[in-house]
Amino acid sequence: MAWPEKQVPTTDASEKVSFGAGVFRRCDGCGETLAATELAAAFEVCPLCGQHHRLDADGWRKLLLDDGALDAWDTTLEPLDPLEFSDGKSYRDRVAIAQKKTKAREAIDIGGAALGGRPIAFGAFVFSFMGGSMGSVVGEKIARLFERAAAGGLPVVLLQASGGARMQEGILSLMQMAKAVAALERFRAKRLPFVSVLLHPTTGGVAASFAFLGDVNVAEPKALIGFAGARVIESTIRQTLPPGFQRAEFLIDHGMVDMIVPRTEMKATIGTVLDHLMRRQAPGSAPTA
Amino acid sequence: MAAFVLPFEKPVVDLVERVRELRVLSETDATLAPELARLEQETSRLARELFSDLTPIQKVQLSRHANRPYTLDYVKRLCTDFVELHGDRRFSDDPAIVGGLATYHGHSVVVVGHQKGRGTKENMKRNFGMPNPEGYRKAIRLYELADRFGLPILTFIDTPGAYPGIGAEERGQSEAIGAALAAMARVKVPIIASIVGEGGSGGALALGVANRVLVLEFGCYSVISPEGCAAILWKDGSRADEAAAALKVTAFDLLRLGIVEAVIDEPAGGAHQDYDEAARQLDAVLWPTLSALLALSPDALVDDRYDRFRRLGAFRS
Repeated sequence: MAWPEKQVPTTDASEKVSFGAGVFRRCDGCGETLAATELAAAFEVCPLCGQHHRLDADGWRKLLLDDGALDAWDTTLEPLDPLEFSDGKSYRDRVAIAQKKTKAREAIDIGGAALGGRPIAFGAFVFSFMGGSMGSVVGEKIARLFERAAAGGLPVVLLQASGGARMQEGILSLMQMAKAVAALERFRAKRLPFVSVLLHPTTGGVAASFAFLGDVNVAEPKALIGFAGARVIESTIRQTLPPGFQRAEFLIDHGMVDMIVPRTEMKATIGTVLDHLMRRQAPGSAPTA
Repeated sequence: MAAFVLPFEKPVVDLVERVRELRVLSETDATLAPELARLEQETSRLARELFSDLTPIQKVQLSRHANRPYTLDYVKRLCTDFVELHGDRRFSDDPAIVGGLATYHGHSVVVVGHQKGRGTKENMKRNFGMPNPEGYRKAIRLYELADRFGLPILTFIDTPGAYPGIGAEERGQSEAIGAALAAMARVKVPIIASIVGEGGSGGALALGVANRVLVLEFGCYSVISPEGCAAILWKDGSRADEAAAALKVTAFDLLRLGIVEAVIDEPAGGAHQDYDEAARQLDAVLWPTLSALLALSPDALVDDRYDRFRRLGAFRS
């Protein structure tokens, strides 16, 4: 590869990454060394091989939403610890650590936004927050996302990246699947579109609830998407899984998603889908001839 | 059926056996009646006492007991005129989920339940009660059939979970379960789910989006199996006992957390000791529960179900 001729600082001096590994990163796809700033500017897509690295919730907002702006809803919701769960470390401590590490309060952001001038209700999982797992707060916020979108006549665009239900909330986390899908079902009755965007990874209880119920399901290249984890399947059937199993390309082959869309085309593609689905024919507008 | 006895239930099983023997003898010798009555009472008292301090993992083991009554055992005892319906109209028929039309207290109903097998051969056929996508698609077909004809739906939950296999993923296990949740949320008829054995995660919930959820005393319901949870948390599946305790999976935990409306007592020693009595005890709660729901309008039933699940969750705002 060509070395960038000049590093153009894109951040304040106060937050710049200045030393060692922070300046350069190795592409997970082609293994080439890239300037970290170059990857970040390309929304984590390798300019050489097209490998999609994880883009955080902030990056997705900038990529999809006009001015990167989200009018965030229900930002104060925080989990309780209904089971007083501990695996050696208490659930409360795990939440506190995740909040500190991610500077997010929970594993999803929701809110109102514009996508290419179109008003939408938007949600995005924060994978770095406990693997994007769905507990009571995530379930509640997804239910509210659909309820508010239904009330406001807005389409929903939901980006998913989640390992599934949050074990530490036990059976209550399972119930979030039912709660969120019930809210989606009411939203659908309003004939408003739901574009379900499946990022890497979308598995378990999130996959097995609303993820595949989009009017249009969109996946990112190579994203891991499936119900059961690879290790669970391998130990059940005692076979090694074929290469590419549960990847986005496997899902499109089996008819489970409508399309695989590279990050660079995501905004335009979702926009076009929304235009088609929101362009309702007025009654009596059919040509009479 | 081959008797399968868990170590901790041995004393209770012995007592139940004695009662059974005495019951046979007393049929020909009326003088044994007082002794039978005494022993029955004693057995039930002892069984309660012995089972009162079972650990969560022991209750999980009871919920999976090889002799436990399964869906069709209950349907046979609760209903008449059962007509089993097969197939998802898309790919195949999944014997891990059974369903059909039946008469329950004079009402035609649709029943849908997980079905485990008795013995190796039937278990192979029924995949140990672990459905593939076509099982859930059959369930959806039956939910929609019930909706079109205004028939109440009774479901019976008893599964280790949806099957984790290559074919299941190829045919959309996730989509099938998600679509089943949506169908249950949508239908305008009463739905009552009874957890009669194991409630294994999303594969159980696909039969569980009901207006009322009942659980048998030794039924369980969990987001992940205790073994799976221990494997993830501690890389050690043998610590399932700790995981079972931490996950709060037992019937009374479920009641306390608001996941179920009622816990159904089981006969002395558990449902597997007396199928008829287990079915009678379930019926004693199931029928009044259905009667009450029959008074609601179709739209009210959908709202009732929505509100029930909308409330579930623990957070502060």
